[in-house]
Amino acid sequence: MTREELIQSLKKIVEPYVQDQEAFQNLSEETDFINDLKINSANLVDVILDVEDEFDIEIDNDAMEKMLSVKAALDIIESKLSS
Amino acid sequence: MKPSEIIALLPYEKPFLFVDKLFSVNDEFSEGSYTFSTDEFFYKGHFKDHPVTPGVILTEVMAQIGVVCLGIYLIAQENTNLDNVQVALASHEIDFYKPVFPGETVKVVSEKEYFRFHKLKCKVAMYNDNNELVCRGFISGMLKNLSDGA
Repeated sequence: MTREELIQSLKKIVEPYVQDQEAFQNLSEETDFINDLKINSANLVDVILDVEDEFDIEIDNDAMEKMLSVKAALDIIESKLSS
Repeated sequence: MKPSEIIALLPYEKPFLFVDKLFSVNDEFSEGSYTFSTDEFFYKGHFKDHPVTPGVILTEVMAQIGVVCLGIYLIAQENTNLDNVQVALASHEIDFYKPVFPGETVKVVSEKEYFRFHKLKCKVAMYNDNNELVCRGFISGMLKNLSDGA
């Protein structure tokens, strides 16, 4: 899966939890889930659980704490997929 | 952890403590009850001259027994110091079937859906004295033990 395809999959996952639609329309790798998209901490857990299901990977506590931006999420998904 | 120890750790008090008894709690499940006294504060205004337990209060009873009591039990599996457990409601989706009047006792049964990254989601149901379904649905909350820096 290319980086661009990963971003599209991730966008689909985060969409239901986004509060700031304008930030979502302009989503880039630099976008922060909490500060930009205004996702709350409970829904951030839903994002992680949905990522696990979508990519059939397991996210541990350490990885979860780092998954605060699109870039960090993509890096973690890519490393889990390749391992 | 014994049910009485869990109740003692709840961060609520009258008039907003809605757990009288905890019958059983384990890794997957909690069950308890609450009896509405006839002079609960909300009966004065809900409704005028016609006291009925508000749905938000029924939801609160389900959250306290089904999510917070179960959550404290789960946190206690990993932590020894439980002096500073912080609780926040995350979401709820409840359907209501029967009214609950002053003096009634309700039983709450909760099953864990998942507890991950501090979020506990449960499938919760409430029954009245006749064992009729009062309400049911899903409630989730964030539970953090600040004493352990988690």
